[in-house]
Amino acid sequence: MRATTWMGKTHVEVQDVPDPKILNSRDAIVQITSTAICGSDLHLYNGFIPTMRKGDILGHEFMGEVVETGPAVTRLKVGDRVVVPFPIACGHCGACERGLTSVCENSNPNAGMAEKIMGRSPCGIFGYSHMLGGYPGGQAEYARVPFADVGPLKIDDGIPDEQVLFLSDILPTGYMGADMCDLTPGDVVAVWGAGPVGQFAIASARLLGAERVIAIDRFGYRLQMAKDKAGATDVINYEETSVLETLDELTAGRGPDACIDAVGMESHIDVGPLHAYDRAKQVVRAETDRPHALREAIMACANGGVISVIGVYGGFVDKFPMGPFMNRSLRMRTGQCHVHRYMAPLLQRIQAGQIDPSFVITHRMTLQDAPRGYQMFRDKQDDCEKIVLSP
Amino acid sequence: MSVGSSDGTRRLVDGLGWFSLGLGSAQLVAPGVMNRLVGADDDAVSRAVQRWLGGAREVAAGVGIELRRRPVRWLWARVAGDVLDLTMLGAVLGSPRRGRGGRRRAVVATAAVVGVTVADVVAAVRLSRDGGEGGERDKAVGGIDVKGYITVNRPVGVVFAYWQDVENLPRFMAHLQSVRSLGGGRSRWRAAGPAGVEVEWDAEISGERIDEFIAWRSVGAASVDNSGEVEFRAAPGGRGTEIRVRLTYHPPAGKLGATVAKLFGEAPEQQVRDDLRRFKQVLETGEVVRSEGSPEGPRARRQVFQRPAQPVTS
Ligand SMILES: NC(=O)c1ccc[n+]([C@@H]2O[C@H](COP(=O)([O-])OP(=O)(O)OC[C@H]3O[C@@H](n4cnc5c(N)ncnc54)[C@H](O)[C@@H]3O)[C@@H](O)[C@H]2O)c1
Ligand SMILES: [Zn+2]
Ligand SMILES: [Zn+2]
Repeated sequence: MRATTWMGKTHVEVQDVPDPKILNSRDAIVQITSTAICGSDLHLYNGFIPTMRKGDILGHEFMGEVVETGPAVTRLKVGDRVVVPFPIACGHCGACERGLTSVCENSNPNAGMAEKIMGRSPCGIFGYSHMLGGYPGGQAEYARVPFADVGPLKIDDGIPDEQVLFLSDILPTGYMGADMCDLTPGDVVAVWGAGPVGQFAIASARLLGAERVIAIDRFGYRLQMAKDKAGATDVINYEETSVLETLDELTAGRGPDACIDAVGMESHIDVGPLHAYDRAKQVVRAETDRPHALREAIMACANGGVISVIGVYGGFVDKFPMGPFMNRSLRMRTGQCHVHRYMAPLLQRIQAGQIDPSFVITHRMTLQDAPRGYQMFRDKQDDCEKIVLSP
Repeated sequence: MSVGSSDGTRRLVDGLGWFSLGLGSAQLVAPGVMNRLVGADDDAVSRAVQRWLGGAREVAAGVGIELRRRPVRWLWARVAGDVLDLTMLGAVLGSPRRGRGGRRRAVVATAAVVGVTVADVVAAVRLSRDGGEGGERDKAVGGIDVKGYITVNRPVGVVFAYWQDVENLPRFMAHLQSVRSLGGGRSRWRAAGPAGVEVEWDAEISGERIDEFIAWRSVGAASVDNSGEVEFRAAPGGRGTEIRVRLTYHPPAGKLGATVAKLFGEAPEQQVRDDLRRFKQVLETGEVVRSEGSPEGPRARRQVFQRPAQPVTS
């Protein structure tokens, strides 16, 4: 089959690789009809996630048709149309029983590797490094899906791929970002990053009753989308105005009650010296992540407010404002998304017409074009917001 | 222990701590350079391994020692780390693709690491004797003593019964080929060693309380003098069963001893933890969980030699 492979930093190739085979009795093989490139893939592309190996198949947002099932699969059958959640979860461990599927205790065969870097291991993830399992990803024609009775969500034929594909990751992720804010009436939410994840965090905050949602980014077309499509009430272009000052003005000095970091470890910042400091430390690995948006979110947040971190971090950050965080009674909620618990309710919202996630799609390409897609999405060329690939 | 000798131990420990920070930082900062220094392939994988497993481990060990939190344990972590370094260097020495320069550099690096290993062992043994930490590793002198812990989300009765049937052990203990019950609490164990060498020994149950613990030890002229015990306890709040394992190996001298030491000696703590993870997977999900990068499931060796994340062919 054809598959998108990681061949080194900023180098992906579409190659011929063997077809997947059942390895565990609870596996299914899915023939992929739609797949997408995620901001998380950019962290791999840019070389910030350790334990990648040349030839690793990328991709963790995909859907398709079941073409084979292992002997222990009971809920799925050949021909079923499914969306596959990006965290691999067993459904039986303590974490899965509590709905915390992205920290499933059984799905990472390389847990020992993750423990060395993270202390304990999170779940395995499709196409996301060896420390997170060494599983081939879904930017390919076929994928093996472990625990097929637990993850994949069946989809009726009536709904097009583009409306449900993002149930695999970014819609639940944005929703969880807003969910973790525990919103109460009158709450103001600020969202750093108007990428696809930020867009869905904004839309979800509105769905969950936020009074006001403020989008922060530097790309005009992304802020425009946040306002026109996702429902942001205000936008801040941080290259044009001071973020902290504008937030002060918009909230009459209180600060946002909840701040969502939808940027992650490759945060961009204009202030020369601080960026140079983070960049330099990152290059020599004395700091693996550049946490500028996170620092700003903590400084901006209202006393007693929530910092909801859905942007991905890989290792260690520096100059973390612990004093402000502690003294002002802030709370932090984080996590790779527990996609499993949000899929069915969000499908209902899609079917009820409360949200149509396809608004983020700006580019459609064939799988063969993946290398061009990665570069375009990374460099935000041609007003690129989200790329969907069809094998 | 005289005051003077304790001071000497402290100084040695401090020195090793700073060496850890120095070496670890070098691996984190410039893995390519480190790889060339040790003569390893300077590709993305060995860089990542150097940087993240090597570097992060050294820094963690360095910080651990400097913080004086359970220094004995951190020092033994260093010893285990040294074994990993030696394994990697061994692979380089054995690799036919190395030019002479590469080989010479690897030999020098090996000598340096061996030197550090000796210092680590001396420091760890001395500190253990000084009573640095309740002597968790006291028995380790001359043998390998390992502990492992895991919580399994199943009732104690089920978990205990599965372990009690010794013929189940090879399903989750990666190095075991088979365990056959001989009746009367006796069993025959067979393990596959490196290069196809097989090791066999008999064992007997030396203690057992239903749903609480099982202990066993090798008997007769065992080639691997070993013993072990597992404790089972209901986890609080319906969280399943807590398991605490302790294993002791005394590899004999000589060639067979070397094979055995290799079998059980490479990152032994990692091996036990991986075995326990497999045990948990079997009990909670019904089988050992495989990925294309680690097709045989959790296994310490795989952490250094991952397949690419592409479908397996064979
Ligand atoms: N938690 C999860 O489960 C999960 C799932 C998917 C993605 N993610 C993460 O979410 C993050 C965003 O993903 P995406 O697909 O939207 O990526 P993206 O690259 O399209 O979006 C990131 C946006 O952040 C903006 N940005 C950069 N620096 C900023 C700053 N200092 N202030 C404000 N905005 C800034 C960029 O301009 C860009 O528009 C990534 O880190 C990704 O890994 C997390
Ligand atoms: Zn994603
Ligand atoms: Zn699980």
